[in-house]
Amino acid sequence: MKQKKWYDFMWIVSLTYLILGFFNILFAWLGLLCFFIPLLISIIGGSKAYCNRYCGRGQLFGVLGGRFGLSRKKDVPKWMKSKAFRYGFLIFFFIMFFQMLWNTYLVFAGAQDLRQVVTLLWTFKLPWQWAYHGTLFHAGAAQFAFGFYSVMLTSTVLGMITMVLFKPRSWCVYCPMGTMTQLICRARNGKL
Amino acid sequence: MGTTTKKRRKAVVSQAECVACGCCVKVCPLAAIQVVKGIAAQVDREKCVGCGRCARECPATVITLEEAAV
Ligand code: SF4
Ligand code: SF4
Repeated sequence: MKQKKWYDFMWIVSLTYLILGFFNILFAWLGLLCFFIPLLISIIGGSKAYCNRYCGRGQLFGVLGGRFGLSRKKDVPKWMKSKAFRYGFLIFFFIMFFQMLWNTYLVFAGAQDLRQVVTLLWTFKLPWQWAYHGTLFHAGAAQFAFGFYSVMLTSTVLGMITMVLFKPRSWCVYCPMGTMTQLICRARNGKL
Repeated sequence: MGTTTKKRRKAVVSQAECVACGCCVKVCPLAAIQVVKGIAAQVDREKCVGCGRCARECPATVITLEEAAV
């Protein structure tokens, strides 16, 4: 067995993030790191070192599906690894992300009240008011936190479903960040 | 398939389908597979012993074990 490195324990960070957001939604802001770090690594470094080494979410699926055996370890269906689905999911994810930013903007602009809910799978509104204790900043900052946590929880739940049905890290096949960073790496090397 | 042929088998990554996640890299006992430039995984055919661990791990199942030419 290979020697474990510090970055092999990033799954603990991912798990902690989800738990913290259960108690105080403002911790959701930390999730921005999972967006900017992989982007910067791919844009500046031209690699997928984030996916390959540091991604705690992928590791979490690896641990639960692998060590804990919560995976059927079957092949993902063909359509799931097709370019059409991967790019389509990336675009869908982007649209939902901008919709979330738009809702945040509306709260900042005073056109909409803060909604203390976490939206799972873009559909189900889960009550989450216990995790909100007011903010020193604008209510919009809290709206963003609720929205961002929704994105993170949704991707975790989707990833868990495909982890159970298929291989542990099936999420990595259609992860929007993974698809995007691979596209950036391709573009950087003129292989689009 | 006999066990004697196993030694000459090498992992081959479908370059077009690989999502460059690096799951294969983590499990190769010989460090024979690497993700190159964030685009796709590539196998060092000198080092690969055809054990198939990477193929089993690959979430996209895009690695096959193929009979080596030499
Ligand atoms: S077949 Fe075995 S030795 Fe060859 S690249 Fe895969 S894990 Fe490494
Ligand atoms: S595990 Fe499969 S998809 Fe991921 S980098 Fe290796 S060959 Fe590519």
